Amino acid sequence: MDTLTAIWGSVPEFLQTFIIILLKIVAILLPLILAVAYTTYAERKVIGYMQVRLGPNRVGPKGWLQPIADVVKLMFKEVIVPSQANRFVFLLAPVIALAPAFVAWSVIPFSNTMILADINVGLLFILAITSLDVFGIILAGWASNSKYAILSAMRAGAQVVSYEIAMGFALVGVLMFAGSLNLNEIVKAQSGGITQWFAWPLFGLLVVFFIAGVAETNRAPFDVAEGESEIVAGFHVEYSGMAFALFFLGEYANMLMVSVIAAILFCGGWLSPFEGVDWLINLPYVGVLFGHGVHWLLLKTAFFIFLYLWFRATFPRYRYDQIMRLGWKVLIPVTLVYIFAEGIYIGWKMWQASHGGGLT
Amino acid sequence: MSYIGHLIKSFTLFELLKGLSITGRRLFSPKVTIQYPEEKTPISPRFRGHHALRRYPNGEERCIACKLCEAACPALAITIELEERDDGSRRTTQYDIDMFKCIYCGFCEEACPVDAIVETRIFEYHFEKQGENIMTKEKLLAFGDKYEESIALDRVADAPYR
Repeated sequence: MDTLTAIWGSVPEFLQTFIIILLKIVAILLPLILAVAYTTYAERKVIGYMQVRLGPNRVGPKGWLQPIADVVKLMFKEVIVPSQANRFVFLLAPVIALAPAFVAWSVIPFSNTMILADINVGLLFILAITSLDVFGIILAGWASNSKYAILSAMRAGAQVVSYEIAMGFALVGVLMFAGSLNLNEIVKAQSGGITQWFAWPLFGLLVVFFIAGVAETNRAPFDVAEGESEIVAGFHVEYSGMAFALFFLGEYANMLMVSVIAAILFCGGWLSPFEGVDWLINLPYVGVLFGHGVHWLLLKTAFFIFLYLWFRATFPRYRYDQIMRLGWKVLIPVTLVYIFAEGIYIGWKMWQASHGGGLT
Repeated sequence: MSYIGHLIKSFTLFELLKGLSITGRRLFSPKVTIQYPEEKTPISPRFRGHHALRRYPNGEERCIACKLCEAACPALAITIELEERDDGSRRTTQYDIDMFKCIYCGFCEEACPVDAIVETRIFEYHFEKQGENIMTKEKLLAFGDKYEESIALDRVADAPYR
C-alpha cells in the first residue's frame, strides 16, 4: 500500500488529475453501456408482455444473458461497406452519432457530489451536445450511397431540428422557476419532498418535453427515420456488425439521456420524494433508502424509460406531415403560452414580495 | 361546441391514455406463448404432416398403383411405376414423393381408394443431405409401419365426419 501511494505521489500533478478524470469517465460509461444493453432487454420483454407473449427467455436464466449474446453476435459480424460509398464518412458517422450521446453524460448530477463536470451552463451544454447527434445520422445517410438512407437522414434532420425548439422552450420553463442553468442547482431548487417537484406546476411542459424527447431520439411513434415499412431501416440500412451496434448504442444512450434529464428537471433528480417525512427516514436500516441518493435518480429514470417502451408498444407511427404539424403548430405554441403564463405568475410573485404582502 | 370538445379531448391526451391503458392492462394479463420444444399445441387427427404408406393387417401393402394420387397431386410431387406380380396383383415398383415439391394439401390421401397413402401427424423431421427429400417406397412403408398405431387411431377419430 505504501509503495502504491509512493508511486501515486511521484506521478506529476497534471497527470494525476488526468487519470482521476479518466477513471471517473470509465465509472460513468461502463454502467451506461451496461444500462443500454439491458434497456434493449427490458424493451423486448416489456413490449412482449404488452403483446401477451413472453419475450426473450432462452439465453441464460429468464433470458438475462440475451443482450450479451446480441453484443457478441454483432461483434463477430462483418462490417460491410457498400460500393461507391464514402468509406471514411461511412465509418466515421456511427462514431459521430455515438460521441455526443456519451459526452452529454458528463454534466449529469448523479447525486450531490457525484458529478463529473459541475459546470454552470449544464443545461445549455446538454442542449448543444444532444443536437449534434443529428450530424451522425445525416452523415450516415449520405455516406451510405443509398436512396432509403438519404431519405431517412433528411427526415431525421428535419424532425430533430423542429422538435429541438419545443424541447428548448420546455426547458426555459424550468429555468424560470429554478433560476439557474446548473443542473445540480436545478435539482436543489426542487428540494422539500415530492410536492416541490417542478413536475406539478410545469406538468404541461413535462408532457411537451417528453414528447419532444421521444421525437428527438427518433423513437416510436416518431420513428419515421427508421420506418421499416417504407424505407427499410432508414439511415442504418447499409450498416452491419459493430458499426450498426454503435448506432444502436447511441440511440439507447440518448433515450436514457432524455429520461435522466426529465427526471432531473421535473422530478427532483437525486432528491428523495419523502424529504420531510422524518419518521420514514429515521427508520433503522431501511431509512437510508428513503434519503437522498443516486438510487432515486435511477428509479425516476427507469420510470421514463418504461414510458418510452410503453409508447412504443402502444402507438402507431405518425405520418411525416403529422409529425411536422404536431411539432410546429401544437407543441411550440403550447410551450409559448405556458411560458407566458409562468412569466406572469413569477412577475406577480416578485411584485408581491417587493410590496410586502401584496394587494390585500 | 364539438370543436371545443375536440380541443379538450386532444389536449388532455384522452385517446392516447385510453390506448396506454389497454397495453398497460395487457402487461399483467397471463401470457399465451407456447414454449415449443417443451410444450406443444394439441394436433387435429386431420393434421397433414409427413407421408406414410400403410399395410393391411396381414402385412400386404395396400397400394394398388392406381395412380389416382399421382393424378390428383397439384404439385406433381408423386412418381409411380408399377408391375404385375406373379399372383396377378397390381403393385408399385416405385413410389416416390418429392417432399420439397409437396405442398401438404392432402389430395393424395383423399384420392386414394384403399387408404394406402396417408399424411400423419408427425411434422418434426428434417433432411441432412441432398436427395433425402425424395421419399421412396421403402422409406414410406417403414414410416407407416413405425407409426401405424397413431395413424389408425387418427383415421378412426375422423371416420364419423367423412
